[in-house]
Amino acid sequence: MDLNYTEEENAFLEEVRTFFAEKLPRQLSDKVRSGKRLTREDQEQWHAILNDAGYLNAHWPTEFGGQGWNAIQRDLFDVEANVAGAPRVVPFGVNMLSPVLMAFGSKEQQAHYLPRILDGTDWWCQGYSEPGAGSDLASLKMTAERQGDHYILNGQKTWTTLGQHADWIFCLVRTSKEGKPQEGISFILVDMKTPGVEVRPIILLEGTHEVNEVWFTDVKVPVENLVGEENKGWTYAKYLLVHERSGIAGVGDALASIDHLKHIARDQKKDGKPLADDPFFAARLSEIEIDLAAMRTTNMRVMQAASDGAPPGPQTSMLKIKGTELRQSINDLTRRALGPYAMPFVSEALETGYNEEPIGPDYANPVAVDYFNHRKTSIYGGSNEIQRNIISKMMMGL
Amino acid sequence: MDFNHTDDRRMLADMAGRLVRDQYDIEKRHKMAASDDGFSREMWAQMAELGLIGALFTEEAGGFGGAGFDIAVVFEELGRGLVVEPFLSNLLAGTILAGGNDSQKAVLEGVISGETLLALAHGEPASRYTLSHVGSTAVKSGDGYTLNGSKAVVISGDTADHLVVSARLSGDVEDKEGIALFLVPANADGVHARGYSTVDGYRAAEIALKDVSVSETAMVGDAHDAYANLETSFALGTLAVSAEALGAIEMCIDMTLEYLKTRKQFGVPIGKFQALQHRMADMMTEREQIRSAVINAAGNLDKADRDWNISALKNLVGRSGRMIAEESIQMHGGIAMTWEYAVGHFAKRIIMIDHMFGDVDHHLEQIIKFGRAA
Ligand SMILES: Cc1cc2nc3c(=O)[nH]c(=O)nc-3n(C[C@H](O)[C@H](O)[C@H](O)COP(=O)(O)OP(=O)(O)OC[C@H]3O[C@@H](n4cnc5c(N)ncnc54)[C@H](O)[C@@H]3O)c2cc1C
Repeated sequence: MDLNYTEEENAFLEEVRTFFAEKLPRQLSDKVRSGKRLTREDQEQWHAILNDAGYLNAHWPTEFGGQGWNAIQRDLFDVEANVAGAPRVVPFGVNMLSPVLMAFGSKEQQAHYLPRILDGTDWWCQGYSEPGAGSDLASLKMTAERQGDHYILNGQKTWTTLGQHADWIFCLVRTSKEGKPQEGISFILVDMKTPGVEVRPIILLEGTHEVNEVWFTDVKVPVENLVGEENKGWTYAKYLLVHERSGIAGVGDALASIDHLKHIARDQKKDGKPLADDPFFAARLSEIEIDLAAMRTTNMRVMQAASDGAPPGPQTSMLKIKGTELRQSINDLTRRALGPYAMPFVSEALETGYNEEPIGPDYANPVAVDYFNHRKTSIYGGSNEIQRNIISKMMMGL
Repeated sequence: MDFNHTDDRRMLADMAGRLVRDQYDIEKRHKMAASDDGFSREMWAQMAELGLIGALFTEEAGGFGGAGFDIAVVFEELGRGLVVEPFLSNLLAGTILAGGNDSQKAVLEGVISGETLLALAHGEPASRYTLSHVGSTAVKSGDGYTLNGSKAVVISGDTADHLVVSARLSGDVEDKEGIALFLVPANADGVHARGYSTVDGYRAAEIALKDVSVSETAMVGDAHDAYANLETSFALGTLAVSAEALGAIEMCIDMTLEYLKTRKQFGVPIGKFQALQHRMADMMTEREQIRSAVINAAGNLDKADRDWNISALKNLVGRSGRMIAEESIQMHGGIAMTWEYAVGHFAKRIIMIDHMFGDVDHHLEQIIKFGRAA
């Protein structure tokens, strides 16, 4: 055990800090810091900057052009990115689909799709969930029927994040009704411009358009778009779910959110003194910091074990639960730090170019909507109940 | 002891409940909330006619209720419908006017009949939850006063006809002495309201007072009583929003229970999973705890330990209300995250009530202080 950074790690940290200082456009970090909505153009701009620097896929294995970053490097980059106010990278292409293609895709698929993900030609979204298939994903109903050189897709996906901006969607579809439900699922890539694909918005409880329904009516997809083998899609989907272990804990996001909360608590006054000095507030904040310090180490331990070749285990589930609940508790404390000014909400003020005086402190407007919006994090990506079921099943031997 | 409501009060609750059930579906509510006023004047007139506003005030004030339990039963029903009409602001300001001069009492009559709307302009940008915080000033000039200052998050402050405004005659910004209350027409020169929606779909305003001239008779009651009057108004307001939260909590629990029975995953209703059953059991237990705390607060309004019971209630609503709001969303899964499905709107109301009249920690601190003083 040695908790000191090595010389190389320190040099890496320096390199990364310089990168953010020099290459992260101020106009993007201002938006992120002030909680404004990012447009697709904002995302593309940042994506391109990361790609130019080779950071976008630095965690990919070297044979696919990555740098094979280890756990410590990933942690440092994640923390520095968040502290600098960098936009979160849209994960669907570069972090979700890519590992599946690298592990199970054909050479042609790898050669075609991976570069397009990196250079931003294709934006991807994830088509797993259906109205009747949430936690019980294997019960999904959307069908793909083979007809000559094509599959014909029919059915509906839902909760598709950023589907309104995406060019392509990777879907789990039913290709067989034989055997166990898991045994008839395939993994297929669909161009969203294909006739018969229709995207309908779902508005979230705080009024944002972030997720969609995607409907498929007789959508013709070439057989080359099948990933791996027919009816093996469940294996690939599970691989995707457990493979992408970094980021699940959201350490950098939590650290940046705590920084922001501390800034608010120094500015807010309670009985004429900074809220930060209030013992009730300080106690709650301190508990969060205690949890986070431990979680950061847990996260690095798990990632290191993974890069040393340990099979994915229930620790991923622990990180998902702890990471989401911790960040939700930061959101909760942040809304409370605002007092009555958590209530006003001007939706247009989240757009760039809104120039009116803020209502209350300039940091207030997005706080309550963030609190509500982030309730999603314990629901998606395998709900926290499902994660607890996994821990119970894998660790308790009952 | 008797834990049953009187017949009159049961009728009041039934009437309010029926109105909400029959005429206040969530779609209609969203439409009214999104209108320019942020509520429906027709609906308000109908509510006045049914006596729902009068039920909030005592007979001396021109109403026919005004006891803690009257306020509690009405607001509980309002909470079940997420009613956006301005009950709260009129309760807060009306309670203060009840102690005013004849012309002020006449204004209150107009409130009870549904013709006049009031708002209490008390909180300020830096007050947070400190009731005595008043930085706005009232300076004697001629035979009246000149008011200056800014008021923050004034509930229903953009549609009120009259504002009850707190301003300081003397003393430091957080002194309990030296505050006065004034009845000010909302269209008086120098009053500027910037209205907006709140996250949960209600209306509030930032109000600027710039050299607003008022006559001597605009002062409500005796300046020495202003702080105590504000305390009473806030005690009633806290009871009201807590009872409202109880109504919203009942709805959250009903919807979640229904969903546990109907939503199937893994071939069974998700309510079959014990992990969820136990949490529903906790939610139901906390709902009863909150109901009891409402009873404690409503029944002790005239007693010496009014404020202890009010703070206990608000702390519990902040604490357990949050648990119930969050669990209701969580146990529904994705559907609860949508605008279209109602449970999220109830959850938002419950959480935003934590930001009115002091949050969970503010009231915990009050309880600790009461304990020290005892
Ligand atoms: C904002 C948002 C974005 C999303 N983005 C995407 C996306 O881009 N692509 C995509 O495919 N999906 C996406 N999802 C869908 C998400 O993965 C599902 O919501 C999730 O899998 C839960 O499914 P469900 O909503 O149907 O809830 P259900 O599965 O119906 O669950 C309801 C409740 O029951 C609990 N439950 C279910 N089974 C059990 C059990 N066995 N034991 C104990 N408790 C149980 C759940 O934990 C939950 O609390 C998104 C969801 C949201 C809210």
